[in-house]
Amino acid sequence: MGAIALGVGIAFLAIVQAYFLSQIIAQVFLEDVAFAQVKGLVLGILGIIGMRAIFQYFSEVMAREAAIRVKEGMRKQLLQKIIFLGPVYVRGERAGELLNTAVEGIESLDDYFARYIPQLILALVVPIMTLAFVIPRDYSSALVLIVTGPLIPFFMLLIGKLAEKKSLRQWQGLSRMSAHFLDMLQGLATLKVFNRSKAQAKVIGRVSEAFRRSTLSVMQVAFLSAFVLEFMGMISTAIIAVALGIRLINGTIPYSEALFILILAPEFYLPLRTLGLYFHARLSGTNAANRIYDVLELESGFDEKGTSQAGLQELVTKIDQERFEVGKGNPWLRFNQVELCYEKDGEKALENIHFDVQWGEHIALIGPSGAGKSSILQILLRFVKPTGGEVWVNGIDIEAFSAEDWRGMLSYVPQKPCLFAGSIMENLRFGRADATFEEVVKAAQQAKAHEFILCLPQGYETLIGEGGVRLSGGQAQRLAIARAFLKDAPLLLLDEITNALDTENEKDLLLALEDLGRGRTVIFTTHRMQTTLRADRIIVLDEGRIIEQGSPQDLMETAGIYSRFLRTYRREEE
Amino acid sequence: MKNLAWIIKEIIPFWPRVCLALLLSALTVTSHIGLMATSSYLLARAALHPPLMDLMVTIVGVRFFGISRAVFRYFERLVSHDVTFRVLSRIRVIVYEGVEPLIPAYLKDLRKGDLLSRIVGDVEVQQNLFLRVLAPPLVAVLVLLGYGGFLANIDLGFAYVLAAAFLASGVALPLLIRALARGIGQRKVQAKAKMHIYILDMLQGMPEMLAFGQSKAMGQRIQKTQSELSQADRQMARVTGISNALMGMVANLGMLAVLVLGIVYVDKGQLDGVLLGMLALGVLSSFEAVSPLPVSQHYLEENIAAGQRLKNLVDEGKKVLELDADENRRSKQYAEADSRQSPAIEFSNVSFQYHADEPQVLQNLSFEIPVGSRVAVVGPNGAGKSSVVNLLLRFWEPDSGEIRLNGVNIQELCSQEVRARIGVVTQKPHLFHATIKENLLLAKPEATDEEIHEAARQAKIHEFILSLPQGYDCLIGEEGMKLSGGQQQRLSIARVLLKDVSILIFDEATKGLDPITEQELIQELFALLEGRTLIMITHNLELTKDMDDILVLDKGRAVERGKHHDLMLREGQYRHSWDEGYMQKVLFTNT
Repeated sequence: MGAIALGVGIAFLAIVQAYFLSQIIAQVFLEDVAFAQVKGLVLGILGIIGMRAIFQYFSEVMAREAAIRVKEGMRKQLLQKIIFLGPVYVRGERAGELLNTAVEGIESLDDYFARYIPQLILALVVPIMTLAFVIPRDYSSALVLIVTGPLIPFFMLLIGKLAEKKSLRQWQGLSRMSAHFLDMLQGLATLKVFNRSKAQAKVIGRVSEAFRRSTLSVMQVAFLSAFVLEFMGMISTAIIAVALGIRLINGTIPYSEALFILILAPEFYLPLRTLGLYFHARLSGTNAANRIYDVLELESGFDEKGTSQAGLQELVTKIDQERFEVGKGNPWLRFNQVELCYEKDGEKALENIHFDVQWGEHIALIGPSGAGKSSILQILLRFVKPTGGEVWVNGIDIEAFSAEDWRGMLSYVPQKPCLFAGSIMENLRFGRADATFEEVVKAAQQAKAHEFILCLPQGYETLIGEGGVRLSGGQAQRLAIARAFLKDAPLLLLDEITNALDTENEKDLLLALEDLGRGRTVIFTTHRMQTTLRADRIIVLDEGRIIEQGSPQDLMETAGIYSRFLRTYRREEE
Repeated sequence: MKNLAWIIKEIIPFWPRVCLALLLSALTVTSHIGLMATSSYLLARAALHPPLMDLMVTIVGVRFFGISRAVFRYFERLVSHDVTFRVLSRIRVIVYEGVEPLIPAYLKDLRKGDLLSRIVGDVEVQQNLFLRVLAPPLVAVLVLLGYGGFLANIDLGFAYVLAAAFLASGVALPLLIRALARGIGQRKVQAKAKMHIYILDMLQGMPEMLAFGQSKAMGQRIQKTQSELSQADRQMARVTGISNALMGMVANLGMLAVLVLGIVYVDKGQLDGVLLGMLALGVLSSFEAVSPLPVSQHYLEENIAAGQRLKNLVDEGKKVLELDADENRRSKQYAEADSRQSPAIEFSNVSFQYHADEPQVLQNLSFEIPVGSRVAVVGPNGAGKSSVVNLLLRFWEPDSGEIRLNGVNIQELCSQEVRARIGVVTQKPHLFHATIKENLLLAKPEATDEEIHEAARQAKIHEFILSLPQGYDCLIGEEGMKLSGGQQQRLSIARVLLKDVSILIFDEATKGLDPITEQELIQELFALLEGRTLIMITHNLELTKDMDDILVLDKGRAVERGKHHDLMLREGQYRHSWDEGYMQKVLFTNT
């Protein structure tokens, strides 16, 4: 708002300056007054020039400040929304898209809010203000302005409809040309295999030329809108000047007034012309805004229930009790007829899932990819909400706790742990922010990570993640396990963590995991048969259903698929 | 500036267009000056009540300038964009030729992914070079000379004032702005890069962030970076504010100085008062020529940085190219007939690492593949399977050991010779954003439609292509058809079949196809490629059963070798992996 007020102020000062200027020139020219007599007016102009400069400075600063606020607010809102939508929403390719929107998209709102929006309002206010000074002095000039003024937006709209499409295509043309070039660079290895890479330089030149020709033909039309703007502004000034000249000859208007109007005429068109310059700011701004609102308007698949601190307190004491009542036989965690669809009316990822978990039990989830193993973990992590049935802990629906509090009771080690940009120490403290150095080192030792950390150039202060030292998959997993040690939560979720490891790494890791699992309830998914043998119970999933469950011994006796599987495996071992 | 010289050199051949663009641009500004100057001259003359006829010439002048500006501007934009695009075409070709020898071995950061997009971006930035960096100062000089000359005709004093004001706003002001803005741009770029990383962290690590209740900490980190970014924005706004304010001030002061000087002259009787308004308004209008100069500073820095990066690439490419040329001169002619008895491919004691600071991916690897045999290469991730292909294609050179193709050391052959003998289908084949036909023709530019259709038929994609609206002329990629992974692989198989080579490598080429189609396709390929050497790199051990030979790699070494049957008896790594895979299959498909 401040920026707009200052903008109006600047325009007003320009009008006053024009008035002083026309007075000085008229007096010196027609009345032959000496410099001393117009000195006051000259000083007045000097003052106005200074004030305009100050106004100009603050209008820029304030317009940018407004844009900065908008960007800050938007980014915060967007990121909060993304967190709210959760990891199931932010998957695969969408992550890249969201990243782009959250960084570049928001930045491109800058010119839209700092330039386009204020200018839009100025383009309305300033011409009217200017007109207010012209009308009392000269009706015919005012008429020219009144007629041509609205003609500019009118023609802009008329050609704009056509030109905007063309301009859009112009921008697309530019980006298409880049896309083609990128395509060639990305395909260079392929071109080389076919021994085509050298010849392709000619193709690039040719395609580039073709793009130039087509883009230029588009521009011939796209530039027309700027042409009309320019033309209308200039020709009307010329018309006003000639009309004023004729009235001056006839003596129906004083020279000073005529000159004043002549100086005002360009001021009348200036805001409209400036607005035309911000076409691109508008285009990229609205594009970005659309992408941002697309995300903001998304509804989350599940609604968050209020925090029930009391309930959690109760649960925590129950857990503490349970700690001492291991093996008592009451189910601690229960999946009750759970059903899950990721999309409305989509295929069911889970159906009729029903199983109990005793306190301290180790449960293996097995099955081919897509069987629903990860979905069960997603539900336990509260990343998705079951579309049917519920999950109980000690007889309480887990939805009764806020997701944040619930997650406070579990640790999670994914297949590909994410290492954040920062030091190893910071990454480990992710498990517990207030852990002392000794505690962190102890956790790292337990996770068999301490040794390799010491081998790194700066030990625990070594920077990892984006831009830092790259760690192997096994090392990353050990750090993730150290996090879990630090957090020391009663429920442990492991997602396929021994899958892509060589045998040496695996031994270490399994030892660390065994330590970690001791005294905790563990639910893990795996593809490796060996690891299932260590579980207290195995749940075999296929196509979202449980097809077998029981202890390894039970399953072997029931002669189901697991037993068949295991027999084959045993026979191979011998 | 030195880093831009090579680009400026590409602009010079277009000098007639460049001159035209500059002239039109100067005329655009001149028209503005002309309109305001003749208009005020007209009013001043009219105020003396002469007969209308006396003013006719002036009126015509006013009308002319009223029209000419828009026309000049329109053509100026067309011509200068034309020049820009022509230069961009040239730069693209030069950069491509520079990057071509570097891929893939010499571009160290290639695996970081965004390197190529950055190259494209750096080229794109150069579109500002003429439009926003080079043209504005030249136009300002033209206007100063032209209009200054006009003023000097009236009185030299006016020309001096104009020159002083132009210097102040066109040279001193940009230098001041540059000094003030120093470091701010850099800080902004750094803050933005940090923001990029932190938000990426948040998106990729969201499961752990939520599981460990760290969203607040991550949010604070982003918040802190946001403050840095906003701070840089604010500082930049202040600099821009100062720039705008001073630019307006200098222009108005210049006008005022000319006016005061004019009044003094009129006082002294040295100047006709009629000219007073013309001088003031004309001078004010002329500052349009210098107003883009402070901004062009900013573009200049961007262009220099981008130009420097591109130049480094191109120079490196030239060096590699010279090495290659050297080598080609020494290379032998490949004589297939003589080497019929030698194995098709032979690795002897090959060791290799991609970079000095990375582990060895191949360690003393030795194996032979006889002509016409079908060999599977299996092993866990990181075993070195793909590195074997990369070395064989001479994308990289081994650190030690020898690779022989039909008995000839491939280092004695030029890389084109080597690649002409080998066809490769990878898991993620690159298909160009072009028509299907164009993508296939890559393998054999002179192929007839018949040959193309035959290859597609063999890869089992012909029917699908015919079902598309434009058939073989259907565009694929972003703006055209999106093909599924399986369809892409088949197209790339068709492409290789068209190439007609004696050695074929399928690098996980059928991954992602459903098992039945995969089996069928492989069977057909086997029949089709009877007699040619075939190497199949795969994870799917079902496919290895019918191979003549299986090579098991682990950590860059050949750990086992033999037929399926023999390896199963040996109970080694192959047997172990096979069992695991087999059991998964038995467990979940038979129920």
